[in-house]
Amino acid sequence: MKTAAPTNVHLVLRVNGEEQQVSFAPYKTLLEVLREDMNLTGTKHGCELGECGACAVLVEGVPVLSCLALALDCEGRAIETVEGLASGGKLHPLQAAFADLGGAQCGYCTPGILMTAKALLEREPNPSRERIKEAISGNLCRCTGYQQIYESIEEAARTIQQGSKR
Amino acid sequence: MTKRFDVIGKPRRRVDGRAKVTGLTRFADDVMLPRMLHCKLLRSAHPHATIESIDVSRAQARPGVHLVLTGKDFPVTFGILPVTQDEYPLAPERVRYVGEPVAAIIARDEQTAFEALDLIDVQYRPLKTISDPKEALATPEPRIHSYGEQGNIHRLQALEFGDVNEALARADHVFEDLFFYEGNTHLPIEQHASVAAVDGEGKLTLWSSTQVPHYIHRALANALQIPPAHVRVIACPNGGGFGGKCDLHNHEIVVSKAAILLGRPVKICLTREEVFYMHRGRHPVLMRMRTGVTKDGKITGMHTQTLLDGGAYGGYGAASTFYTGVLQTVTYEIPRYKFDACRTFTNKPPCGPKRGHGTPQPRFGQEVQLDRIAEKLEIDPAELRLSIVAKPNTLTANWLKIGTIGLAECIRKVVASSDWKNKFRKLPEGRGVGLACGAYLCGAGLPIYWNKMPQSGVQLLIDRSGQVTVFCGATEIGQGSDDVLAAIVAEVLGIDAYDVRCVTGDTGLTPVDLGSYSSRVTVMMGNAAIQAAERLRELIARAAAEHMETLPENVGFAQGRVFRADDPGKPMSFREAIVLAEEKFGTLGSVGSYSPPRAPGRYKGAGVGPSPAYSYTACVVEAEVDRNTGWITVPKVWIAHDIGRAVNPVSARGQVEGSVYMGLGEALMEEQVFRRLPPKLSNALVHKIPSLLEYKSLTSLDMPEVFTELVEDPDPNCPFGAKEVGQGPLLPVMPAVANAVYDAIGVRIDELPITPDKVLAALEKKAKGETPRVGPESFPDVPYPEPMLVPPPWEGGDGNSVNTPRRRPVKKEALA
Ligand code: FES
Ligand code: FES
Repeated sequence: MKTAAPTNVHLVLRVNGEEQQVSFAPYKTLLEVLREDMNLTGTKHGCELGECGACAVLVEGVPVLSCLALALDCEGRAIETVEGLASGGKLHPLQAAFADLGGAQCGYCTPGILMTAKALLEREPNPSRERIKEAISGNLCRCTGYQQIYESIEEAARTIQQGSKR
Repeated sequence: MTKRFDVIGKPRRRVDGRAKVTGLTRFADDVMLPRMLHCKLLRSAHPHATIESIDVSRAQARPGVHLVLTGKDFPVTFGILPVTQDEYPLAPERVRYVGEPVAAIIARDEQTAFEALDLIDVQYRPLKTISDPKEALATPEPRIHSYGEQGNIHRLQALEFGDVNEALARADHVFEDLFFYEGNTHLPIEQHASVAAVDGEGKLTLWSSTQVPHYIHRALANALQIPPAHVRVIACPNGGGFGGKCDLHNHEIVVSKAAILLGRPVKICLTREEVFYMHRGRHPVLMRMRTGVTKDGKITGMHTQTLLDGGAYGGYGAASTFYTGVLQTVTYEIPRYKFDACRTFTNKPPCGPKRGHGTPQPRFGQEVQLDRIAEKLEIDPAELRLSIVAKPNTLTANWLKIGTIGLAECIRKVVASSDWKNKFRKLPEGRGVGLACGAYLCGAGLPIYWNKMPQSGVQLLIDRSGQVTVFCGATEIGQGSDDVLAAIVAEVLGIDAYDVRCVTGDTGLTPVDLGSYSSRVTVMMGNAAIQAAERLRELIARAAAEHMETLPENVGFAQGRVFRADDPGKPMSFREAIVLAEEKFGTLGSVGSYSPPRAPGRYKGAGVGPSPAYSYTACVVEAEVDRNTGWITVPKVWIAHDIGRAVNPVSARGQVEGSVYMGLGEALMEEQVFRRLPPKLSNALVHKIPSLLEYKSLTSLDMPEVFTELVEDPDPNCPFGAKEVGQGPLLPVMPAVANAVYDAIGVRIDELPITPDKVLAALEKKAKGETPRVGPESFPDVPYPEPMLVPPPWEGGDGNSVNTPRRRPVKKEALA
């Protein structure tokens, strides 16, 4: 029996505002293409079955589990990953708050939570603690007990609001 | 003199914080190398079988497959403890649990490797399976291993410190209770991954998600029979460990071998299901506790018996067995103590160390039993505990040395913050509070292999550019060990923690540190780091003193400056001082090392339990129980931890809250359980819930508010007084939940996890007027040996045993 590698698809993915030609096997998930074909290893995985939230990225501003999305389906859509959060050397307020307040312990769930939180704050600039809990309830964290994550998101919300007032 | 610190104790962004939030932290699966191949393992679908034949020819012929490995490629056994070399990287003749690796495919990509697994043809002949310790005791044949005590008993221990029966006979009351603690697993969000590659010199490098690169280095070199000097193990930062990345794992050996054979990098990343089958998590433990107390609540003696379900291999099990008993004595005054333990083999994934290693199970029993004792004696449980808290600078009955102990302060703090006095036995039906305490090691006193060398080494490099690089084998598993290292060096040298570069967990570059387990890093690495940094500071001080025309003792270091302590007005920069030192002494560097103090116990077995210091925790949990559904909600937890001193209070609080989180999971939902498939489907023992969806853990919606307090009473054995915080705070959580459930609805659930079905069953018993309790009903007949008798310090002992117990049965060869 001879099986050749399946024919790759070639398409353009728009990740963090940058268009890039990629070639990959058509069955690959967005997670795999980001990590393996585009070297964007900031996005993590804990199950590859849609159970942990570690792989969350934003597609058109909405959190998507990249382990469940086919990269093929993301052609032409705006994809955001943790690598696109900081602008130049400056951390996004969410990143700064997570680093300062213990929101990231091992840091493995962090990229997925940061992206989920970003989408939340864009929808609701001043979310209550309950809303934060709901928003990240699909992101498992085994390290922090979540409390410092809530505080980090709340701190980032304050920073963003102060920034926009100025 | 109270010293003011510039770095220690200040809430700070941890030094690796930026990397973690930008996605730049390089975990093992993020290592991508040119020409890298991918590995998948074929795992046994049988819990116990002999392998009759393996045919890999079809897999080998598959395009894209580079190599197929089987058991015959790995003639040497391995095991993390020198005494238990009982595993093969790929099982050659026999499998002992569902999920045990039997063959490996290395292919151009994961998909090809995965598909080729189906082309391997393995013929198994099933053997009788053993599913739990009772079955193991009742079924000496077939033996899962031909070594061990007898039949399917892996380990037996019995130690007695003073005549416990006499102490119980003297007591006003004797309490005897049975408890069961179900197994559960670590569930780090990062799945284990490893990449092996051979470098230009022909030497092997392994990048891996491991907590213990030094132990892996040793064991891997041995498993592959190559010189350790030609092996380099790099522990990537772990995406959580919790004890699950402490063994040498089959896949680490397999990819290493494959990389050597192929001359190309080989990667493996386990699926979540494989992580469940690899396990090495919390041992299921059945316990019997007998405790004698006087009518005013003083303990006269205690007898703990444990029966562990070890799973299919030894792993760390010999140590785990000891840990189900040895730390019972460090919280309260227990004048006499007896401890019997038994670990059995079963045909399930091997158990091992998980946060608290072997101690949460008996701690659960002890603290729930104390709640019963308090009730019977009509003493408030907090008062009862306060009246028996162990004294500082004392020895325990089993010869452990307690130094500082902040437990009383912890109890007082949670009693105050939780408003205990107004809640206990006073909340409305269905709501309750429970209190419990715990204690843990700040590092195991002995390494896992016998040697007299330091347990942690630190090296410092500094040069005229002002850069300070610190090298240490310690491993960042998320707990913040790099941050502790940088903070300590920075404090001693009077510089900013962010000006210190950490190179850690790399056996090719860093001095040996035994790894991130037993909560040893802060104390052991920290003490080594202080020594290294002080040695360097002394050189700099001598050079600077000459320049400033003063004595070295009069040279101060703070905030990036070096100055005359008696005239701080004219400082020089740290960098200028280094230039002076480099001029005077040549290239600058220093080393520091640490070995824990020798433990006072001299008896055989005294090596497990000693620690340079013990941390203490007290916790109050509030619970609400729905009588109709049995559902338990925890609205709030108050916890106080005796940390000695917090190096970085942000991280310290995170460790406490993370421990509460994990403890609540163990108390309420997490369980690693197995079921038999129907006989027509092979009768296999399979994991009931090998997925993140069904293995329940707390989400953000389940997690209560936690009120954390740190008790800071610096311990002289610890760096700047800092004790551990990563494991201890987990210990009181489970019993506090059980005690809260009792306060809420008056039923005892003596078995973890406390799931709604158990609550309902207990309520039903209560309604029928039966004993409102759910828990184990009997303890099997375990052939515990005659105990080794060691008189406690106050009964004239010298730390040695006074008898030589009859040595137990035939020891056969390690492997047939
Ligand atoms: S990896 Fe996508 S949800 Fe877990
Ligand atoms: S920080 Fe480790 S899993 Fe969340």
